[in-house]
Amino acid sequence: MSEQMTAKVDVDLAQPSILSRRNPLRYLMLLGGLAVLVLLPYWIYPPVAMDILCWGLFAISVDLLLGFTGLLSFGHAAFWGGSAYCTGLIATHWGVPFPVAVVGGAVFAMLIAWPIGYLSVRRTGIYFAMVTLAFAQMLYFIANQARDLTGGENGLQGIPRSFFGIELVEEDSFYFYYVGAAMILVGIFIAWRVVNSPFGRVLTAVRDNPARARALGYDVERFKIKAFVISAGLAGLAGGVFAISHQFASLQELMWTTSGKVVLVTVLGGIGTLWGGLVGAGVVVTLEDFLASSGFEGIGLITGSIFVLIVLLFRHGIWGTGRNVLRRYVLDRRKRARD
Amino acid sequence: MTGTPLLETRALTKEFRGFRAVSDVDLTVAQGTVHALVGPNGAGKTTLFNLLTGFLTPTSGTVTFDGQDITGRAPEQIAPLGIARSFQITSLFEAMTLREHLELALASPTGMGKQWWRSVTRMATFKDRAMDLLEQVGLADRAGAPASSLAYGQKRALELAIAMALDPKLLLLDEPTAGMGIEDVDRTIALVKQLSAGRTVVFVDHNMHVVGSLADQVTVLQSGQILAEGPYEQVRADERVITAYLGATHE
Repeated sequence: MSEQMTAKVDVDLAQPSILSRRNPLRYLMLLGGLAVLVLLPYWIYPPVAMDILCWGLFAISVDLLLGFTGLLSFGHAAFWGGSAYCTGLIATHWGVPFPVAVVGGAVFAMLIAWPIGYLSVRRTGIYFAMVTLAFAQMLYFIANQARDLTGGENGLQGIPRSFFGIELVEEDSFYFYYVGAAMILVGIFIAWRVVNSPFGRVLTAVRDNPARARALGYDVERFKIKAFVISAGLAGLAGGVFAISHQFASLQELMWTTSGKVVLVTVLGGIGTLWGGLVGAGVVVTLEDFLASSGFEGIGLITGSIFVLIVLLFRHGIWGTGRNVLRRYVLDRRKRARD
Repeated sequence: MTGTPLLETRALTKEFRGFRAVSDVDLTVAQGTVHALVGPNGAGKTTLFNLLTGFLTPTSGTVTFDGQDITGRAPEQIAPLGIARSFQITSLFEAMTLREHLELALASPTGMGKQWWRSVTRMATFKDRAMDLLEQVGLADRAGAPASSLAYGQKRALELAIAMALDPKLLLLDEPTAGMGIEDVDRTIALVKQLSAGRTVVFVDHNMHVVGSLADQVTVLQSGQILAEGPYEQVRADERVITAYLGATHE
């Protein structure tokens, strides 16, 4: 029997949300989220706030594949880092406003994602993860070799942050944050739209039962490739904003550890929850920042331990567990009201 | 038009590493008939189904459907031509509601599934037809429930409704009554009769009561080959068939 007929992702997903589409609590949460977004750079150092949003969208892009299509990509650094370099090169050489450069980076990520996706979606599970990792490593070595273009180990330094001559944004990371955040918001909106579209419904079907989806006439491979390309575009958008924020693109962005970290952030937030990525990024980035400024050397040890703890205690991640708790509470109350 | 063949296989063969699961099968299914495939376990019935629907590629031989050669085509290419199948092991999308299952099936030929920029609420275009189908299989009151909450017999009924949602010319049912109690079996027989009116159906089943009540034509497979063919009464009386089912020692 062909692999596609039987293979499906072995992920234990959280229960779907108990809240109906028009539940007021949804709007309340959205408003709360937006308020946090606006106030974040008042509470924490603005570049760190920007990092949280970039990593949040990056994790959402991974969740689009892992949680909603059933594909574990272990090579998403290729799109995040590839776009970081491409965005940096466009901004440096053409001097365009940075949102244009970021869009260019995201398009580049989608262009390389198409052949990578085409060649890797035929595999599932661990094989898919390994094929995507192999492609990401290829890109890493290419970037390392093409010193003239990428600066090799020194990275791409001094990426300009031009924004229509508005100096507040160009020079003050507090104001830059709001422009960057607006771009990340567009990315989040696209991800939300995709998940809650007819296309997203088919992706769920592909995730849960590929053979059945094919018998209904859906071309499973093509849907996977499209999801992969959309996901890469979002990862690219996040990576581009990240590079502009740091005014620096380095090999670190293309390293396999970056691919690993984003999977960790996604799992921490909750697979298949979409919003969990932002929460996971909030935890990981602030923690890393806190530990780095405290001069502690073994950051990986702490984040690793937290990861192990959360996965063991809350299998569905932070968001997923919260959703399950809310679900139980609401069902309990309904039951009591009936009795 | 009853009589002209809707589905034809010629010398259809599938080998798995030297093992011939299906061997030189010439099967002809006439338009408008209900055709049963029977045979002992391992006779190649499910393999044959997978060959007809593109889930397996034949080693040799051809499959012709509605005058078109469909040999070696992918499942997602064969389904739109008008072949719908159910699976032997109940095969649903556990997280989706019943209505969502049918909407997904109904949306398939329209290409709506490609729209990633629109709200999923557009799938409600198919709500009325979905509810009709659920009504027909007696599951309308469960429309909003997830498939995972259904009892076994209900899941099989949902399978039938999903297959019908594709409005197929040919309906392939892989053991529609497998694992059912006698009441569910009778209900399924009635359901298949009602749904398949005016359609061509090929089904696999071990239950001779089901075969006898539904089939116009029976094909008996053994070790991947056709052992006997004909109307139910004739096949049932066939010496070779009795031997195949009961073993050669009964005399």
